[in-house]
Amino acid sequence: MNIVVCVKQVPDTAEADVRIASDGSGIEMEGLPLQINESDNYALEEALLIKEDRDGEVTVITLGPDSSEEVLRMCMAKGATEAVRLADPAFDGGDAWATANALAKAIGGMEYDLVLTGCMASDDGMTQVGVTLAEMLGVPHATYVTEMEIGDGAVTVGRELEGGLLEKLEIKLPAVVTIQTGINEPRYASIMGIAKAAKRDIDTKAASDLGLDTAEAGKAGSKTTLLGLDYPPAGEGAEILDGTPAEASTKLADVLKEKGFA
Amino acid sequence: MNDVLVLAEHLNGELKDVTFEMLAHARGVADASGTKVAAVLLGSGVGDLAERLAQQADEVLVRDHDGFAHYNSAVYQPVLADVIRGREPSVVMIGHTAFGVDLAPSLAVALDAPLASDVIDLAVEGSDLVGTRQTYGGKVNERVGFGGAAISLVTVRPAAFAPEEASRGGSVVALDTEVPDEPAFRRFVEYVEAAAGEVDITKSDVVIAIGRGIKEEENMPLITGLAELLGGVVACSRPVVDAGWLPKDRQVGSSGKTVKPKLYVAIGVSGQFQHVAGMKSAETIVAINKDPKAPIFQAAHYGIVGDLMKVVPALTEKITELRA
Repeated sequence: MNIVVCVKQVPDTAEADVRIASDGSGIEMEGLPLQINESDNYALEEALLIKEDRDGEVTVITLGPDSSEEVLRMCMAKGATEAVRLADPAFDGGDAWATANALAKAIGGMEYDLVLTGCMASDDGMTQVGVTLAEMLGVPHATYVTEMEIGDGAVTVGRELEGGLLEKLEIKLPAVVTIQTGINEPRYASIMGIAKAAKRDIDTKAASDLGLDTAEAGKAGSKTTLLGLDYPPAGEGAEILDGTPAEASTKLADVLKEKGFA
Repeated sequence: MNDVLVLAEHLNGELKDVTFEMLAHARGVADASGTKVAAVLLGSGVGDLAERLAQQADEVLVRDHDGFAHYNSAVYQPVLADVIRGREPSVVMIGHTAFGVDLAPSLAVALDAPLASDVIDLAVEGSDLVGTRQTYGGKVNERVGFGGAAISLVTVRPAAFAPEEASRGGSVVALDTEVPDEPAFRRFVEYVEAAAGEVDITKSDVVIAIGRGIKEEENMPLITGLAELLGGVVACSRPVVDAGWLPKDRQVGSSGKTVKPKLYVAIGVSGQFQHVAGMKSAETIVAINKDPKAPIFQAAHYGIVGDLMKVVPALTEKITELRA
Protein backbone atom coordinates (compact mmCIF):
# COMPACT_ATOMS: atom_id res chain seq x y z
CA MET A 1 0.00 0.00 0.00
CA ASN A 2 1.54 3.30 -1.12
CA ILE A 3 0.77 6.38 0.88
CA VAL A 4 1.54 10.02 0.15
CA VAL A 5 1.58 12.40 3.12
CA CYS A 6 1.34 16.14 2.49
CA VAL A 7 3.22 18.10 5.14
CA LYS A 8 3.91 21.76 5.81
CA GLN A 9 6.52 23.58 7.82
CA VAL A 10 4.95 26.25 10.02
CA PRO A 11 6.26 28.75 12.57
CA ASP A 12 5.37 28.14 16.19
CA THR A 13 3.51 31.31 17.13
CA ALA A 14 1.64 29.96 20.15
CA GLU A 15 3.38 32.21 22.66
CA ALA A 16 5.15 34.54 20.24
CA ASP A 17 4.64 38.23 19.65
CA VAL A 18 3.67 37.97 15.99
CA ARG A 19 4.70 41.01 13.91
CA ILE A 20 3.44 41.79 10.41
CA ALA A 21 6.36 42.20 7.97
CA SER A 22 6.97 45.72 6.66
CA ASP A 23 6.06 44.72 3.09
CA GLY A 24 2.69 43.49 4.38
CA SER A 25 2.96 40.12 2.62
CA GLY A 26 3.31 38.01 5.74
CA ILE A 27 4.78 38.01 9.22
CA GLU A 28 8.33 38.51 10.50
CA MET A 29 9.67 34.95 10.61
CA GLU A 30 12.95 35.76 12.33
CA GLY A 31 13.23 34.14 15.74
CA LEU A 32 10.17 31.95 15.29
CA PRO A 33 10.91 28.23 15.69
CA LEU A 34 9.90 26.21 12.63
CA GLN A 35 8.21 22.85 12.97
CA ILE A 36 5.96 20.37 11.18
CA ASN A 37 2.31 21.43 11.23
CA GLU A 38 0.73 19.62 14.15
CA SER A 39 -2.01 17.67 12.36
CA ASP A 40 0.44 16.76 9.56
CA ASN A 41 2.57 15.05 12.21
CA TYR A 42 -0.42 12.88 13.14
CA ALA A 43 -1.03 12.19 9.42
CA LEU A 44 2.58 11.02 9.04
CA GLU A 45 2.27 8.76 12.08
CA GLU A 46 -0.93 7.23 10.68
CA ALA A 47 0.88 6.50 7.40
CA LEU A 48 3.84 4.92 9.23
CA LEU A 49 1.49 2.71 11.27
CA ILE A 50 -0.21 1.50 8.08
CA LYS A 51 3.16 0.90 6.41
CA GLU A 52 4.35 -1.19 9.37
CA ASP A 53 1.17 -3.23 9.11
CA ARG A 54 0.99 -3.67 5.34
CA ASP A 55 4.30 -2.69 3.74
CA GLY A 56 4.57 -0.21 0.90
CA GLU A 57 6.06 3.22 0.46
CA VAL A 58 5.38 6.38 2.43
CA THR A 59 6.22 9.45 0.37
CA VAL A 60 6.21 12.83 2.09
CA ILE A 61 5.64 15.89 -0.05
CA THR A 62 5.75 19.59 0.74
CA LEU A 63 5.50 22.85 -1.11
CA GLY A 64 7.75 25.27 0.69
CA PRO A 65 11.06 27.10 1.02
CA ASP A 66 14.52 25.53 1.46
CA SER A 67 14.02 25.39 5.23
CA SER A 68 11.08 23.01 4.82
CA GLU A 69 13.54 20.26 3.84
CA GLU A 70 14.18 19.96 7.58
CA VAL A 71 10.60 18.77 8.00
CA LEU A 72 10.97 16.27 5.15
CA ARG A 73 14.19 14.90 6.69
CA MET A 74 12.51 14.56 10.07
CA CYS A 75 9.72 12.58 8.37
CA MET A 76 12.31 10.30 6.74
CA ALA A 77 14.08 9.92 10.08
CA LYS A 78 10.81 8.54 11.44
CA GLY A 79 10.36 6.12 8.55
CA ALA A 80 9.07 7.88 5.42
CA THR A 81 10.68 6.21 2.41
CA GLU A 82 10.72 9.08 -0.12
CA ALA A 83 10.59 12.86 0.05
CA VAL A 84 9.52 15.39 -2.56
CA ARG A 85 9.72 19.16 -2.34
CA LEU A 86 7.87 21.40 -4.78
CA ALA A 87 10.39 24.20 -5.03
CA ASP A 88 10.07 27.11 -7.42
CA PRO A 89 9.80 30.89 -6.91
CA ALA A 90 6.73 30.55 -9.17
CA PHE A 91 4.91 28.84 -6.27
CA ASP A 92 5.30 31.89 -4.02
CA GLY A 93 2.20 33.61 -2.69
CA GLY A 94 -0.19 30.86 -3.70
CA ASP A 95 -3.54 30.35 -1.98
CA ALA A 96 -5.03 26.97 -1.04
CA TRP A 97 -6.21 26.46 -4.63
CA ALA A 98 -2.75 27.05 -6.13
CA THR A 99 -1.10 24.85 -3.50
CA ALA A 100 -3.58 22.02 -4.06
CA ASN A 101 -3.18 22.36 -7.82
CA ALA A 102 0.60 21.94 -7.62
CA LEU A 103 0.24 19.00 -5.22
CA ALA A 104 -2.37 17.41 -7.51
CA LYS A 105 -0.01 17.65 -10.50
CA ALA A 106 2.80 16.03 -8.49
CA ILE A 107 0.72 13.33 -6.77
CA GLY A 108 -1.31 12.60 -9.91
CA GLY A 109 1.91 11.31 -11.45
CA MET A 110 2.63 8.91 -8.59
CA GLU A 111 1.28 5.46 -7.84
CA TYR A 112 -0.69 5.87 -4.65
CA ASP A 113 -3.50 4.20 -2.74
CA LEU A 114 -4.01 6.81 -0.08
CA VAL A 115 -3.14 10.47 0.43
CA LEU A 116 -3.06 11.77 4.00
CA THR A 117 -2.90 15.41 5.04
CA GLY A 118 -3.36 17.23 8.30
CA CYS A 119 -6.86 18.64 8.62
CA MET A 120 -5.70 22.22 9.05
CA ALA A 121 -2.51 24.27 8.81
CA SER A 122 -1.89 26.05 12.09
CA ASP A 123 -0.42 29.14 10.39
CA ASP A 124 -3.04 30.10 7.81
CA GLY A 125 -5.89 28.01 9.24
CA MET A 126 -7.19 27.34 5.71
CA THR A 127 -8.62 23.84 6.18
CA GLN A 128 -8.91 23.61 2.39
CA VAL A 129 -5.96 21.94 0.69
CA GLY A 130 -6.88 18.29 1.41
CA VAL A 131 -10.40 18.43 -0.01
CA THR A 132 -9.40 20.67 -2.93
CA LEU A 133 -6.62 18.21 -3.74
CA ALA A 134 -9.06 15.25 -3.64
CA GLU A 135 -11.44 16.98 -6.02
CA MET A 136 -8.60 17.90 -8.39
CA LEU A 137 -7.34 14.30 -8.32
CA GLY A 138 -10.90 13.07 -8.85
CA VAL A 139 -10.85 10.79 -5.80
CA PRO A 140 -13.14 10.64 -2.72
CA HIS A 141 -12.24 12.36 0.53
CA ALA A 142 -13.00 12.42 4.23
CA THR A 143 -12.09 15.22 6.64
CA TYR A 144 -11.39 15.62 10.39
CA VAL A 145 -10.66 11.91 10.72
CA THR A 146 -9.96 10.58 14.23
CA GLU A 147 -10.41 6.86 13.47
CA MET A 148 -9.26 4.92 10.47
CA GLU A 149 -9.36 1.28 9.46
CA ILE A 150 -8.02 0.02 6.13
CA GLY A 151 -10.22 -2.56 4.46
CA ASP A 152 -10.23 -4.28 1.08
CA GLY A 153 -9.90 -1.46 -1.45
CA ALA A 154 -11.64 0.88 0.96
CA VAL A 155 -11.11 2.65 4.22
CA THR A 156 -13.61 3.07 7.03
CA VAL A 157 -13.12 6.36 8.83
CA GLY A 158 -14.60 8.16 11.80
CA ARG A 159 -15.05 11.90 11.23
CA GLU A 160 -15.16 14.15 14.24
CA LEU A 161 -18.28 16.32 14.10
CA GLU A 162 -19.38 18.95 16.60
CA GLY A 163 -20.32 18.07 20.16
CA GLY A 164 -18.40 14.79 20.33
CA LEU A 165 -20.44 13.13 17.57
CA LEU A 166 -18.57 10.78 15.25
CA GLU A 167 -19.63 10.14 11.65
CA LYS A 168 -18.53 6.80 10.28
CA LEU A 169 -18.23 6.39 6.56
CA GLU A 170 -16.61 4.13 4.06
CA ILE A 171 -14.65 5.51 1.13
CA LYS A 172 -13.10 3.67 -1.76
CA LEU A 173 -9.38 3.84 -2.39
CA PRO A 174 -7.55 5.72 -3.73
CA ALA A 175 -8.72 8.56 -1.53
CA VAL A 176 -7.60 11.64 0.35
CA VAL A 177 -8.11 11.61 4.12
CA THR A 178 -7.45 14.65 6.31
CA ILE A 179 -6.31 13.71 9.79
CA GLN A 180 -7.32 15.40 13.03
CA THR A 181 -4.91 15.65 15.96
CA GLY A 182 -5.17 12.99 18.64
CA ILE A 183 -5.80 10.05 16.26
CA ASN A 184 -2.53 8.38 17.39
CA GLU A 185 0.62 9.09 19.37
CA PRO A 186 3.25 10.50 17.01
CA ARG A 187 6.65 8.92 17.51
CA TYR A 188 9.95 10.70 17.95
CA ALA A 189 12.77 10.15 15.50
CA SER A 190 15.72 8.07 16.67
CA ILE A 191 19.25 9.48 16.63
CA MET A 192 20.18 6.83 14.06
CA GLY A 193 17.14 7.69 11.95
CA ILE A 194 18.12 11.35 11.96
CA ALA A 195 21.68 10.53 10.94
CA LYS A 196 20.50 8.35 8.06
CA ALA A 197 17.92 10.88 6.89
CA ALA A 198 20.56 13.62 6.76
CA LYS A 199 22.22 11.75 3.88
CA ARG A 200 19.05 11.05 1.91
CA ASP A 201 18.13 12.82 -1.34
CA ILE A 202 15.10 15.00 -1.60
CA ASP A 203 13.47 15.02 -4.99
CA THR A 204 12.84 18.69 -5.86
CA LYS A 205 10.38 19.60 -8.56
CA ALA A 206 9.86 22.98 -10.22
CA ALA A 207 6.59 24.15 -11.79
CA SER A 208 7.82 23.10 -15.24
CA ASP A 209 8.56 19.57 -13.97
CA LEU A 210 4.86 19.32 -13.08
CA GLY A 211 3.76 20.65 -16.45
CA LEU A 212 2.52 23.79 -14.71
CA ASP A 213 2.68 27.08 -16.52
CA THR A 214 3.83 29.90 -14.22
CA ALA A 215 0.42 31.55 -14.75
CA GLU A 216 -1.16 28.51 -13.06
CA ALA A 217 1.18 28.58 -10.06
CA GLY A 218 1.57 30.65 -6.92
CA LYS A 219 -0.02 34.08 -6.75
CA ALA A 220 -0.88 34.09 -10.48
CA GLY A 221 -2.58 30.71 -10.18
CA SER A 222 -4.62 31.66 -7.12
CA LYS A 223 -8.37 32.23 -6.99
CA THR A 224 -8.24 34.55 -3.99
CA THR A 225 -6.05 37.59 -3.41
CA LEU A 226 -4.45 38.73 -0.20
CA LEU A 227 -5.48 42.39 0.17
CA GLY A 228 -3.67 43.07 3.41
CA LEU A 229 -2.83 42.07 6.95
CA ASP A 230 -3.84 43.80 10.18
CA TYR A 231 -3.75 43.11 13.86
CA PRO A 232 -7.18 42.15 15.15
CA PRO A 233 -8.84 45.18 16.71
CA ALA A 234 -8.33 45.09 20.47
CA GLY A 235 -11.73 44.40 21.90
CA GLU A 236 -12.81 45.36 25.36
CA GLY A 237 -10.88 42.39 26.62
CA ALA A 238 -10.30 41.20 30.14
CA GLU A 239 -9.60 43.41 33.12
CA ILE A 240 -5.94 42.58 33.66
CA LEU A 241 -5.00 42.02 37.29
CA ASP A 242 -1.36 43.06 37.30
CA GLY A 243 1.62 42.79 39.59
CA THR A 244 3.80 39.93 40.70
CA PRO A 245 2.18 36.47 40.73
CA ALA A 246 1.45 37.00 44.44
CA GLU A 247 -0.05 40.47 43.89
CA ALA A 248 -2.14 39.44 40.89
CA SER A 249 -3.32 36.33 42.74
CA THR A 250 -4.39 38.44 45.74
CA LYS A 251 -6.47 40.62 43.43
CA LEU A 252 -8.01 37.58 41.78
CA ALA A 253 -8.69 35.87 45.11
CA ASP A 254 -10.52 39.05 46.20
CA VAL A 255 -12.61 39.05 43.02
CA LEU A 256 -13.46 35.38 43.55
CA LYS A 257 -14.37 36.06 47.18
CA GLU A 258 -16.60 38.98 46.23
CA LYS A 259 -18.41 36.74 43.73
CA GLY A 260 -18.82 34.03 46.32
CA PHE A 261 -16.38 31.48 44.90
CA ALA A 262 -13.65 31.70 47.53
CA MET B 1 -24.35 42.05 -7.41
CA ASN B 2 -26.64 39.06 -7.29
CA ASP B 3 -28.14 37.31 -4.28
CA VAL B 4 -26.40 36.12 -1.17
CA LEU B 5 -27.07 32.41 -0.83
CA VAL B 6 -26.82 30.77 2.59
CA LEU B 7 -26.56 26.99 2.88
CA ALA B 8 -28.70 25.84 5.81
CA GLU B 9 -26.99 23.29 8.03
CA HIS B 10 -29.09 20.98 10.15
CA LEU B 11 -28.83 17.71 12.02
CA ASN B 12 -31.53 15.57 13.63
CA GLY B 13 -34.30 17.99 12.69
CA GLU B 14 -32.59 21.08 14.09
CA LEU B 15 -31.01 23.97 12.26
CA LYS B 16 -27.52 24.82 13.48
CA ASP B 17 -26.92 28.23 15.09
CA VAL B 18 -24.37 29.09 12.42
CA THR B 19 -27.18 29.07 9.85
CA PHE B 20 -28.98 31.93 11.61
CA GLU B 21 -25.72 33.77 12.20
CA MET B 22 -24.97 33.58 8.46
CA LEU B 23 -28.48 34.73 7.55
CA ALA B 24 -28.08 37.77 9.80
CA HIS B 25 -24.74 38.70 8.27
CA ALA B 26 -26.01 37.93 4.77
CA ARG B 27 -28.72 40.52 5.38
CA GLY B 28 -26.09 43.20 5.91
CA VAL B 29 -24.25 42.18 2.73
CA ALA B 30 -27.50 42.08 0.74
CA ASP B 31 -28.61 45.48 2.06
CA ALA B 32 -25.23 47.00 1.20
CA SER B 33 -25.49 45.74 -2.37
CA GLY B 34 -29.22 46.07 -2.96
CA THR B 35 -29.79 42.33 -3.34
CA LYS B 36 -31.68 39.56 -1.58
CA VAL B 37 -30.92 36.78 0.86
CA ALA B 38 -31.78 33.26 -0.24
CA ALA B 39 -31.36 30.15 1.86
CA VAL B 40 -30.89 26.72 0.34
CA LEU B 41 -32.06 23.75 2.35
CA LEU B 42 -31.32 20.16 1.38
CA GLY B 43 -32.87 17.52 3.59
CA SER B 44 -35.44 14.83 4.07
CA GLY B 45 -38.76 15.82 5.68
CA VAL B 46 -37.61 19.38 6.33
CA GLY B 47 -40.76 21.39 5.61
CA ASP B 48 -40.87 22.92 9.10
CA LEU B 49 -37.22 23.92 8.86
CA ALA B 50 -37.99 25.70 5.60
CA GLU B 51 -40.75 27.70 7.31
CA ARG B 52 -38.36 28.61 10.10
CA LEU B 53 -35.73 29.81 7.59
CA ALA B 54 -38.33 31.89 5.75
CA GLN B 55 -38.53 34.13 8.84
CA GLN B 56 -34.98 35.23 8.10
CA ALA B 57 -34.56 34.81 4.34
CA ASP B 58 -36.33 36.47 1.41
CA GLU B 59 -36.50 33.13 -0.32
CA VAL B 60 -35.92 29.56 0.80
CA LEU B 61 -34.99 27.02 -1.87
CA VAL B 62 -35.82 23.55 -0.63
CA ARG B 63 -34.95 20.19 -2.05
CA ASP B 64 -36.74 17.66 0.12
CA HIS B 65 -35.51 14.20 -0.82
CA ASP B 66 -34.74 11.02 1.12
CA GLY B 67 -31.26 11.05 -0.44
CA PHE B 68 -30.50 13.79 2.08
CA ALA B 69 -31.47 11.73 5.14
CA HIS B 70 -27.89 12.13 6.30
CA TYR B 71 -25.05 14.33 5.12
CA ASN B 72 -22.81 13.08 2.37
CA SER B 73 -20.67 15.61 0.49
CA ALA B 74 -20.69 13.31 -2.54
CA VAL B 75 -24.49 13.78 -2.78
CA TYR B 76 -24.70 17.38 -1.58
CA GLN B 77 -21.97 18.70 -3.83
CA PRO B 78 -23.42 17.94 -7.30
CA VAL B 79 -26.91 19.08 -6.24
CA LEU B 80 -25.63 22.32 -4.76
CA ALA B 81 -23.43 22.95 -7.78
CA ASP B 82 -26.55 22.63 -9.98
CA VAL B 83 -28.59 24.97 -7.79
CA ILE B 84 -25.78 27.54 -7.66
CA ARG B 85 -25.20 27.44 -11.42
CA GLY B 86 -28.92 28.02 -11.92
CA ARG B 87 -29.22 30.90 -9.45
CA GLU B 88 -25.83 32.53 -9.97
CA PRO B 89 -25.59 34.10 -6.51
CA SER B 90 -22.70 36.50 -6.00
CA VAL B 91 -21.66 34.72 -2.87
CA VAL B 92 -22.47 31.42 -1.18
CA MET B 93 -22.11 31.23 2.61
CA ILE B 94 -21.45 27.85 4.24
CA GLY B 95 -20.70 27.23 7.92
CA HIS B 96 -17.06 26.60 8.82
CA THR B 97 -18.07 23.37 10.52
CA ALA B 98 -17.19 19.70 10.05
CA PHE B 99 -19.94 19.71 7.42
CA GLY B 100 -18.85 22.89 5.64
CA VAL B 101 -15.15 22.08 5.69
CA ASP B 102 -15.89 18.71 4.06
CA LEU B 103 -18.08 20.28 1.38
CA ALA B 104 -16.98 23.80 0.45
CA PRO B 105 -13.55 23.12 -1.10
CA SER B 106 -14.94 20.40 -3.35
CA LEU B 107 -17.83 22.67 -4.35
CA ALA B 108 -15.33 25.43 -5.17
CA VAL B 109 -13.47 23.10 -7.54
CA ALA B 110 -16.72 21.95 -9.17
CA LEU B 111 -17.71 25.60 -9.74
CA ASP B 112 -14.18 26.79 -10.50
CA ALA B 113 -14.82 29.47 -7.87
CA PRO B 114 -12.70 31.18 -5.21
CA LEU B 115 -13.19 30.14 -1.60
CA ALA B 116 -12.22 32.06 1.53
CA SER B 117 -12.50 29.81 4.56
CA ASP B 118 -13.30 30.55 8.18
CA VAL B 119 -14.22 34.19 7.55
CA ILE B 120 -15.19 36.38 10.49
CA ASP B 121 -16.43 39.20 8.27
CA LEU B 122 -17.71 39.67 4.75
CA ALA B 123 -18.08 43.21 3.47
CA VAL B 124 -19.02 44.96 0.24
CA GLU B 125 -16.40 47.51 -0.80
CA GLY B 126 -17.44 49.31 -3.96
CA SER B 127 -18.50 46.48 -6.23
CA ASP B 128 -16.18 43.97 -4.57
CA LEU B 129 -16.60 41.49 -1.77
CA VAL B 130 -13.91 41.39 0.87
CA GLY B 131 -13.57 38.63 3.42
CA THR B 132 -11.71 38.87 6.71
CA ARG B 133 -10.17 35.78 8.24
CA GLN B 134 -7.75 35.08 11.06
CA THR B 135 -4.31 33.54 10.82
CA TYR B 136 -1.59 32.55 13.29
CA GLY B 137 -4.04 31.43 15.94
CA GLY B 138 -6.00 34.68 15.89
CA LYS B 139 -3.00 37.02 16.11
CA VAL B 140 -3.26 38.42 12.58
CA ASN B 141 -6.27 39.31 10.45
CA GLU B 142 -6.09 38.77 6.72
CA ARG B 143 -8.27 40.59 4.18
CA VAL B 144 -9.09 38.44 1.20
CA GLY B 145 -10.43 39.43 -2.23
CA PHE B 146 -12.11 37.15 -4.74
CA GLY B 147 -10.58 38.49 -7.97
CA GLY B 148 -13.91 39.75 -9.31
CA ALA B 149 -15.31 36.22 -9.70
CA ALA B 150 -19.00 35.97 -10.66
CA ILE B 151 -19.61 33.46 -7.86
CA SER B 152 -17.56 33.39 -4.65
CA LEU B 153 -17.68 30.96 -1.75
CA VAL B 154 -16.99 31.54 1.92
CA THR B 155 -17.11 29.34 4.97
CA VAL B 156 -18.17 31.34 8.01
CA ARG B 157 -16.78 30.90 11.53
CA PRO B 158 -19.49 29.82 13.97
CA ALA B 159 -20.42 32.48 16.56
CA ALA B 160 -18.68 35.22 14.54
CA PHE B 161 -22.02 36.97 14.04
CA ALA B 162 -25.10 37.44 16.18
CA PRO B 163 -28.34 36.03 14.82
CA GLU B 164 -31.19 38.50 14.19
CA GLU B 165 -34.75 38.43 15.39
CA ALA B 166 -36.94 38.68 12.33
CA SER B 167 -40.23 37.54 10.88
CA ARG B 168 -39.94 38.32 7.23
CA GLY B 169 -42.22 35.68 5.84
CA GLY B 170 -40.01 34.93 2.86
CA SER B 171 -41.23 32.60 0.16
CA VAL B 172 -40.53 28.86 0.16
CA VAL B 173 -39.72 27.43 -3.25
CA ALA B 174 -39.54 23.68 -3.82
CA LEU B 175 -36.74 22.68 -6.16
CA ASP B 176 -36.79 19.61 -8.38
CA THR B 177 -33.03 19.35 -8.89
CA GLU B 178 -31.99 15.77 -9.63
CA VAL B 179 -30.55 14.03 -6.58
CA PRO B 180 -28.04 11.27 -7.37
CA ASP B 181 -27.96 7.99 -5.45
CA GLU B 182 -25.34 7.77 -2.74
CA PRO B 183 -22.21 6.71 -4.66
CA ALA B 184 -20.37 3.51 -3.76
CA PHE B 185 -17.15 5.49 -3.40
CA ARG B 186 -18.41 7.33 -0.33
CA ARG B 187 -20.98 5.57 1.78
CA PHE B 188 -22.44 6.78 5.09
CA VAL B 189 -22.27 4.11 7.80
CA GLU B 190 -23.55 5.60 11.06
CA TYR B 191 -23.37 8.34 13.63
CA VAL B 192 -21.75 7.36 16.92
CA GLU B 193 -22.54 9.38 20.06
CA ALA B 194 -19.69 9.90 22.51
CA ALA B 195 -19.86 7.60 25.53
CA ALA B 196 -20.62 9.31 28.84
CA GLY B 197 -17.58 9.71 31.05
CA GLU B 198 -17.06 9.57 34.81
CA VAL B 199 -17.53 13.29 35.29
CA ASP B 200 -20.08 15.47 33.53
CA ILE B 201 -18.31 18.85 33.21
CA THR B 202 -21.50 20.52 31.97
CA LYS B 203 -23.10 20.04 35.41
CA SER B 204 -20.50 21.87 37.49
CA ASP B 205 -20.79 25.52 38.62
CA VAL B 206 -17.03 25.87 38.59
CA VAL B 207 -14.83 24.67 35.74
CA ILE B 208 -11.04 24.91 35.81
CA ALA B 209 -9.73 24.37 32.31
CA ILE B 210 -6.16 23.71 31.29
CA GLY B 211 -4.55 23.98 27.87
CA ARG B 212 -1.29 23.49 26.07
CA GLY B 213 0.41 25.85 28.55
CA ILE B 214 0.42 23.13 31.20
CA LYS B 215 3.40 21.67 29.27
CA GLU B 216 3.88 18.47 31.31
CA GLU B 217 1.51 15.87 32.73
CA GLU B 218 3.45 16.19 36.00
CA ASN B 219 1.99 19.70 36.41
CA MET B 220 -1.60 18.44 36.52
CA PRO B 221 -1.86 18.12 40.35
CA LEU B 222 -1.41 21.89 40.60
CA ILE B 223 -4.66 22.30 38.69
CA THR B 224 -6.51 19.48 40.42
CA GLY B 225 -5.63 21.10 43.75
CA LEU B 226 -7.09 24.46 42.71
CA ALA B 227 -10.20 22.78 41.33
CA GLU B 228 -10.76 20.91 44.59
CA LEU B 229 -10.32 24.11 46.57
CA LEU B 230 -12.94 25.90 44.45
CA GLY B 231 -15.26 22.90 44.35
CA GLY B 232 -14.92 22.61 40.60
CA VAL B 233 -14.09 20.08 37.93
CA VAL B 234 -11.01 19.99 35.72
CA ALA B 235 -11.68 20.42 32.01
CA CYS B 236 -9.35 21.18 29.11
CA SER B 237 -8.77 22.27 25.55
CA ARG B 238 -7.92 19.92 22.71
CA PRO B 239 -4.10 19.57 23.09
CA VAL B 240 -4.51 18.08 26.57
CA VAL B 241 -6.79 15.34 25.22
CA ASP B 242 -4.45 14.77 22.24
CA ALA B 243 -1.61 14.26 24.71
CA GLY B 244 -3.73 11.71 26.57
CA TRP B 245 -3.64 13.58 29.90
CA LEU B 246 -7.43 13.88 30.19
CA PRO B 247 -10.24 11.90 28.53
CA LYS B 248 -12.19 13.33 25.60
CA ASP B 249 -15.27 13.96 27.76
CA ARG B 250 -13.33 16.72 29.58
CA GLN B 251 -12.75 18.69 26.38
CA VAL B 252 -14.49 22.06 26.11
CA GLY B 253 -15.08 23.38 22.61
CA SER B 254 -16.89 22.88 19.35
CA SER B 255 -15.84 19.25 18.97
CA GLY B 256 -16.24 18.61 22.71
CA LYS B 257 -18.62 19.94 25.36
CA THR B 258 -20.32 23.30 25.73
CA VAL B 259 -20.29 24.51 29.33
CA LYS B 260 -22.03 27.46 31.01
CA PRO B 261 -20.68 27.44 34.57
CA LYS B 262 -20.82 30.33 37.03
CA LEU B 263 -17.01 30.43 37.03
CA TYR B 264 -14.63 29.34 34.26
CA VAL B 265 -10.91 29.61 34.86
CA ALA B 266 -8.83 29.05 31.72
CA ILE B 267 -5.23 28.26 32.61
CA GLY B 268 -2.63 28.07 29.85
CA VAL B 269 -5.43 28.01 27.26
CA SER B 270 -4.65 30.20 24.23
CA GLY B 271 -8.32 30.61 23.33
CA GLN B 272 -8.69 29.33 19.79
CA PHE B 273 -12.23 29.95 18.52
CA GLN B 274 -13.06 26.23 18.71
CA HIS B 275 -12.44 26.36 22.47
CA VAL B 276 -14.11 29.72 23.07
CA ALA B 277 -17.25 28.41 21.31
CA GLY B 278 -17.65 25.95 24.19
CA MET B 279 -17.25 28.36 27.14
CA LYS B 280 -18.09 31.90 26.08
CA SER B 281 -21.44 31.83 27.90
CA ALA B 282 -19.88 31.21 31.33
CA GLU B 283 -20.92 33.90 33.86
CA THR B 284 -17.43 34.83 35.00
CA ILE B 285 -14.38 33.94 32.92
CA VAL B 286 -10.83 34.21 34.27
CA ALA B 287 -7.78 33.65 32.08
CA ILE B 288 -4.24 32.95 33.24
CA ASN B 289 -1.73 32.92 30.40
CA LYS B 290 1.81 34.09 29.88
CA ASP B 291 1.12 35.41 26.37
CA PRO B 292 -0.54 38.85 26.69
CA LYS B 293 -1.69 38.51 23.05
CA ALA B 294 -3.47 35.19 23.63
CA PRO B 295 -7.02 35.44 22.23
CA ILE B 296 -8.39 34.02 25.52
CA PHE B 297 -8.00 37.50 27.06
CA GLN B 298 -10.63 38.76 24.59
CA ALA B 299 -13.10 36.19 25.89
CA ALA B 300 -12.27 36.63 29.59
CA HIS B 301 -13.59 39.11 32.17
CA TYR B 302 -10.47 38.98 34.34
CA GLY B 303 -6.96 38.10 33.31
CA ILE B 304 -3.55 37.49 34.78
CA VAL B 305 -0.58 37.65 32.43
CA GLY B 306 1.98 35.35 33.92
CA ASP B 307 3.54 31.92 34.20
CA LEU B 308 0.89 29.49 35.40
CA MET B 309 3.54 27.58 37.35
CA LYS B 310 3.94 30.68 39.54
CA VAL B 311 0.42 32.11 39.45
CA VAL B 312 -1.52 28.94 40.25
CA PRO B 313 0.40 28.10 43.45
CA ALA B 314 0.14 31.76 44.56
CA LEU B 315 -3.60 31.78 43.85
CA THR B 316 -4.11 28.48 45.67
CA GLU B 317 -2.27 29.93 48.67
CA LYS B 318 -4.32 33.17 48.69
CA ILE B 319 -7.63 31.33 48.49
CA THR B 320 -6.53 28.95 51.26
CA GLU B 321 -5.65 32.01 53.37
CA LEU B 322 -9.04 33.59 52.73
CA ARG B 323 -10.71 30.39 53.82
CA ALA B 324 -8.64 30.12 57.03
